[in-house]
Amino acid sequence: MEQSWRQAKSIFLTMISAPLFWLVFFFFLPLGIVWLYSFGENRGLIDIAFTGTWANYAHALDDPYPGIFWKSAWIAALTTFLCLVVGFPVALAITFAPEKAKSWLLLAVMLPFWTNLLIRTYALIAVLRTEGYVNMTYHWLFDMTNKVLGGSLGDFTPLALLHNNFAVVFGLVFVNLPFMILPLYSTLDRMDRSLLEASLDLGAGHIGTLFNVVVPLAGAGIMSGILITFIPALGSYLTPDLLGGPDSQMIANVIESQFKRANNWPFGAALSFILVYLTFIGIALQGIIERKDKGRAA
Amino acid sequence: MTATTAPVKLKKIAPKTPPGPLEYLRRWPLQLWLVLVGLFLYIPLITLMIFSFNDSKRNIVWQGFTLKYYDKALHNDSLITAFGNSMTIALCSTIISVIIGAMAAIVLWRFRFVGKTAFNAGLAIPIVVPEICMGVGMLVFFAKVLPWPHDLPWPLDLGNIIIAHVSFSFPFVAVVVRARLGSFNRELEEAAKDLGASEFRALMDVVIPHIQPSLIAGGLLAFTLSLDDFVITFFTAGPDTVTFPVKVYSMVRFSVTPEVNAASTILIVVTVLLTFLALKFQGSSALTAGHGADDK
Repeated sequence: MEQSWRQAKSIFLTMISAPLFWLVFFFFLPLGIVWLYSFGENRGLIDIAFTGTWANYAHALDDPYPGIFWKSAWIAALTTFLCLVVGFPVALAITFAPEKAKSWLLLAVMLPFWTNLLIRTYALIAVLRTEGYVNMTYHWLFDMTNKVLGGSLGDFTPLALLHNNFAVVFGLVFVNLPFMILPLYSTLDRMDRSLLEASLDLGAGHIGTLFNVVVPLAGAGIMSGILITFIPALGSYLTPDLLGGPDSQMIANVIESQFKRANNWPFGAALSFILVYLTFIGIALQGIIERKDKGRAA
Repeated sequence: MTATTAPVKLKKIAPKTPPGPLEYLRRWPLQLWLVLVGLFLYIPLITLMIFSFNDSKRNIVWQGFTLKYYDKALHNDSLITAFGNSMTIALCSTIISVIIGAMAAIVLWRFRFVGKTAFNAGLAIPIVVPEICMGVGMLVFFAKVLPWPHDLPWPLDLGNIIIAHVSFSFPFVAVVVRARLGSFNRELEEAAKDLGASEFRALMDVVIPHIQPSLIAGGLLAFTLSLDDFVITFFTAGPDTVTFPVKVYSMVRFSVTPEVNAASTILIVVTVLLTFLALKFQGSSALTAGHGADDK
């Protein structure tokens, strides 16, 4: 099928030159400079000297940065877990839906996903803020109950739903749920249905079948869904920035402040690359699990 | 919505059949779950759109229908400039991304060469690297290596943002086009060459028409990605270039206003239209292109 590049040298060279140039010059070069900066030192206001120092990485171990990394990982993990719990039944329902309902359901999952992230975050602010729709409904219900009970509930205090960690997790689940549903759906869809039917015929319940048949079979797909949700959640900037409070900073917010406000580029570069390394470790782990899974199947 | 209507219809045809073992969509706990998830995903967006027509400054209680915030948004010069910038950037970056992405896909599909695995993996990295890291990369790059002049004529003054956007969207286009090339019958191209077409002609007249739907779908994907991007633009743009998301961000930081609702509603409608276009050109696979597990 494939042709050796020597058979059509000129066309090969023309076709590869543009993407290769773009990838190297406009993607790997910028990241490479950031990588070099992570081993550099600030000299004066704008100059950075490459000294090969590990000081920036060492600085990342000082308080409060390990705490922020830990908190980001924890928020991302919680988000991923909630997306999995919320998304799995949805993916299951889509998989076994009739053809026509299936495409409409997929569209329904995808539409919010294609909508601008900023707009979705903004929509959440309007729902969650003190004078937002949730608190308004709660206020109304509260007043009604209070009337019935003759004012024994006391004064109304709105729920604090915005500018805290709850809002960040809520927002991240809202934003990332489609990331989870799609890979889950595409794995479940490839699964051999007769195995599920056999399990149900032989007397296993739906929950039993889920954990003993579906989960082992769809393990690799579930892992890839987890990874696809976890990575963007870990590096999210906008959601904690707009929905979070003063204590819900995540890594990306710290990186931003190092580059924009604190003007400590080498340290910001080191933090960025720690995030990149974590991403690659996640992908590598997933690759290992997938390979193991394939080995077992073969 | 279909989640609830489809089973009802089925019941009408066959009133007493219990749901089959795998017909999960016909069981009430799952139906309830789907409705709840649907409400979770859609209520914020729908209230945002409805309240853009609300005649009240505080924007909480419904006071009556008005279009004045649309009027206000459409007469807000800085918002219009930002919108125009975003559209220009999206259009230019889409055109470049489609060309480069298609070239990458064709090279990977068609040729054997040293470093192919590396090239393939390299193309996947922009898809997985966290946005913020790519953002700071672009910030450093345009500050130190290629300082972008400020006084260039339009649209060249947006060049740095366009370059950044192409860098993250063309790998997605390559994924979409590559998937489509899988279904191409190489014999067609060989027939064209037997009949005297040069390599280049065969490519342009046989391969390109076959992948055309994926070029359109990939283009729409690149367009939406570009229109959607905030983080990378935020880092790449200088203080005097503002795109729509960056503008909305600065407006949102101050307050929740019906004007932002109106502007957002316009963008949501544009996005929905684009999604339906993508569907029309590539079926439902366009929906998941580059986002599902298929691109792994």
